[in-house]
Amino acid sequence: MNNELLARYEAIVGPDVIEQLRQMAARLKDAQVLHVNSTRYGGGVAEILRSMVPLMEALGLSVRWEVISGDEPFFQVTKSFHNALQGFPIEFTEKAIRTYEENNRKEFEKLEKFLKEADFVFIHDPQPAFLIKFMPERKNKWIWRCHIDLSRPYRPVWRYLRNIVADYDASIFSMPDFTQPLPHPQYIIPPSIDPLTEKNIELPPEEIKSVYDRFGLDPAKPLVLQVSRFDRFKDPVGVIRAALLAMKFLPFQLVYAGGGAADDPEGEIVYQEVLAAAKDQPDIHILYLPPDAHRTINALQRAAQVVLQKSLKEGFGLTVTEALWKYKPVIGGDTGGIRLQVVNHHTGFLVHTPEGAALRIRYLLFYQDKRYEMGQKAHQFVKENFLITRHVRDYLSLMLAFISGNGERIELEAL
Amino acid sequence: MPEEIFFHVKDCALVSISTGIKAYILTELLDHIREVEVGCLYYHFWARQLRPSFDHPEFHNDFAAWVHRELHDWILAERLNLIAPHEFHNLEELREELINTLEERFDESGDLPWRKAEKPFYFVRSQIVVIDTGKRLAHPRELREIIPQMSQGSIFYHFIDARRRTPDRVDDFRAWLSAFSPAYDDLAMRLANIDPYFLTLTEIRDQLAAVFEDYFEENHE
Repeated sequence: MNNELLARYEAIVGPDVIEQLRQMAARLKDAQVLHVNSTRYGGGVAEILRSMVPLMEALGLSVRWEVISGDEPFFQVTKSFHNALQGFPIEFTEKAIRTYEENNRKEFEKLEKFLKEADFVFIHDPQPAFLIKFMPERKNKWIWRCHIDLSRPYRPVWRYLRNIVADYDASIFSMPDFTQPLPHPQYIIPPSIDPLTEKNIELPPEEIKSVYDRFGLDPAKPLVLQVSRFDRFKDPVGVIRAALLAMKFLPFQLVYAGGGAADDPEGEIVYQEVLAAAKDQPDIHILYLPPDAHRTINALQRAAQVVLQKSLKEGFGLTVTEALWKYKPVIGGDTGGIRLQVVNHHTGFLVHTPEGAALRIRYLLFYQDKRYEMGQKAHQFVKENFLITRHVRDYLSLMLAFISGNGERIELEAL
Repeated sequence: MPEEIFFHVKDCALVSISTGIKAYILTELLDHIREVEVGCLYYHFWARQLRPSFDHPEFHNDFAAWVHRELHDWILAERLNLIAPHEFHNLEELREELINTLEERFDESGDLPWRKAEKPFYFVRSQIVVIDTGKRLAHPRELREIIPQMSQGSIFYHFIDARRRTPDRVDDFRAWLSAFSPAYDDLAMRLANIDPYFLTLTEIRDQLAAVFEDYFEENHE
């Protein structure tokens, strides 16, 4: 066991949490676990695996993480699948299917040994999902981890993928709202953040303060922040409108810190719209940050008094989790996983309009005591529910359930 | 000392499993309540504190919270909220009570059964993994030391889940203390005053720790 890593987590979550993980992992010490996804860097899935794999290993499990490769046409197809599963109609052709299946066949040849050796195979998202079709006689457990909101998929694509994922022994979704009928157990495991990463680790006060100089902010004015891509679903123009409405009543500055995604051609158009909306507004700062600016985002989140996530559509919303972890109440759109995390008057406020967001900005900036109290509650809420340690516990529970017969109540004897 | 006299410290973890069943209106909810496996009732009544959620603390089960939040029927929400699962011998009896409460309210309110919620009620069931930690306690005073170190899973198992398992439907601590009666009857009474339905697991642990600390301090044990 890597006791040093466990000790670092223990300092944050407490010895009881780590002891529970040890107890569970001890019953799985002979199990081999394999995770397969399609990228080692960038994106939420890779971020989670970069934390989950070392923690599982530290607990004594034998864990392997494999990444499938593919050419550009393959990733274009899987990107279009991703969009389709989120509800956008796409052109779904025989050629796309052939590209997808053929790439999976090639990857299967590379990964066959590991896929056969592992006791538990976790396949993340649709990209490598077809691998299962090359192992019809398998004895191990295959679990499909879907990180996508499948609540309203584009049906032709979902019908095709459903026939593939139906072969799995189980699937995992982030929320019940994201599921679709499938002929196997669908586990609900929300994602998590890692308190030890650059994005979430504690920062020295001078590093937090340095963002004021770096970005030309006024240290005398409260800071309201939204961290999001330049994407219409994040409602950046609505955020600016909310800030302008609230600024009529009290002084503060808004920072909208975002970036683009290489696979999102609309990002630049939205960025220009946002710049236009913020034009001639000295207290509105639009920051275009590189994708690896984790520490800068951390500092901005810690410097802010209030954090917004006024999305119109959202997956789980890990930026909300990050802000809550840093003791910030969040004003969030009433959608997706934000609803699971933001509870009115406890960890923030859910809003439906720029006017609603403006009202809550005023409220939280005015009532400092309330803001402090909600921030404390927000941090505790994330500590108990949305850290990587809980995420790993859920995976261990799932594996224990599988090896123990999958009943409603599984009793494990003392070792 | 015979093994059954020892307090066996256990831990547990809960995994949630979607059933794929959802309801937008109360008649759908009622139909599904009649049919879903009892594991769903366990999940929506008992397991709320052991899963990632942060709901209105004043509502003690998911049905009451949903009726309050989505259908805005305060009367039904209040009645559902009063259903205490540990008062029933088994989950089938609990199901019956739930059905009766819904049907009674249907008789009173004409349009309520068809009022549509914006967000549906999702029926979820749970799997609970119970782990025997191997720790054994021989004397109640050992609880004073061990309670602050207990995981949320242990607190859930011994203080909440126990009410479904023990013959008198009490928590495991009181059930164990009764074997030493009358020596620790006062301590058991103090434990009975902790209402688990208004507290998070961390708060329950803090309150339990305070009760054991005060008791053994006062009694110089």
